[in-house]
Amino acid sequence: MNPREAAASVVDPEIRVITIDELGILRAVEEDPASGRVTVTITPTYTGCPAMDVIRADIRRALAVAGHADAEVRTVFSPPWSTDWISDRGRAKLAAAGIAPPAPVPAAGVVSLTLAVRCPQCGSPETEQVSRFGSTACKALWRCRSCSEPFDHLKAL
Amino acid sequence: MNGPFDFTLGLGDDALIAAQRLAEWTTRAPEMEEDVALANIALDQLGAARLLLSYAGELEGAGRDEDALAYLRDDREFRNALLVELPNGDFAVTMAKLFFLAAYQLPLYTALAGCADERLVAIGAKARKESAYHLDHGALWVKRLGDGTEESHRRMQSAVDQVWPYTHELFAADPAAPVDPATLRSAFDETVGAVLAEATLTLPGSGWAPAGGRTGVHTEHLAYLLAEMQVLHRAHPGAQW
Repeated sequence: MNPREAAASVVDPEIRVITIDELGILRAVEEDPASGRVTVTITPTYTGCPAMDVIRADIRRALAVAGHADAEVRTVFSPPWSTDWISDRGRAKLAAAGIAPPAPVPAAGVVSLTLAVRCPQCGSPETEQVSRFGSTACKALWRCRSCSEPFDHLKAL
Repeated sequence: MNGPFDFTLGLGDDALIAAQRLAEWTTRAPEMEEDVALANIALDQLGAARLLLSYAGELEGAGRDEDALAYLRDDREFRNALLVELPNGDFAVTMAKLFFLAAYQLPLYTALAGCADERLVAIGAKARKESAYHLDHGALWVKRLGDGTEESHRRMQSAVDQVWPYTHELFAADPAAPVDPATLRSAFDETVGAVLAEATLTLPGSGWAPAGGRTGVHTEHLAYLLAEMQVLHRAHPGAQW
């Protein structure tokens, strides 16, 4: 497996249905042709995301298993991560796991129009926010008024 | 008086001490969702604190990293504003502190994102998105309690009266800093004015403006907070998970 594929296969430790590539936090994978040293660049979703240490360790482990033991993981903060970086495939996986994917981030200066968050269980748009903050830094807690199920919503950032 | 090091250290200390105070609510908040919310906000503050303190350590160039700055300084060496070290009080006092802090940090981080220092630009651009959620959350509670029952209104007004004097220190002019805090005052006043009006609350008329945090002269509360935050690192120097 090449280094890019190996790093891209690492699963987010807190949302275990989506890879770090699909989540949009894997920024670059470079291999030095001479030394074979691999440099992986990642960015956190939230500044205080407690999963970053585990993600770094998982990347090094995946690279070692793929035969790239000499690896370095760098963390960058600019440009800041946005939920717009989550791939379509990632969004589909989130929805299938019962986590409502985020709406597109409104452009600055544009009057924001809040789109209804659809219930990932029954598809109803009749939902309400229970709390802006949820089980991880990137999620909010919602409830469906049609099927009464609570669900996580990855909030637009 | 302040170079980029003092400025960055002050902002890092604001975030660190705010995080530690908010974390005191964990397992004690009035409802489960609020417990999770306050812990999340504390985590965001801690994330910003780590970035700011790491950078402050680099600016200082004396070999101090984020841990050395967080765990191995005494109260007189901390540069946070007094607002963040005040005890949590009741839930209304905590919400007044959270709301005022976020109403200051949002324009602050937004201004940092456009300043001349590229490291502060990256930190500001990242942290301001999180601050927007904190401001939303604080404003929501200030309105809900202020425009709620007679008792919730009384408590929220009392909290505003108690905390408001400490907000002035945040905007002390510092023209040499990467962002002069005095330039943030109008955005802050606008936010606060709009939210308090909707919450049927008023600002106290008194001009009392306690200060000293930015020069290391703190209230009696900070040393107790630091004692708890630093005890493990001081008892076991260099301890790691």
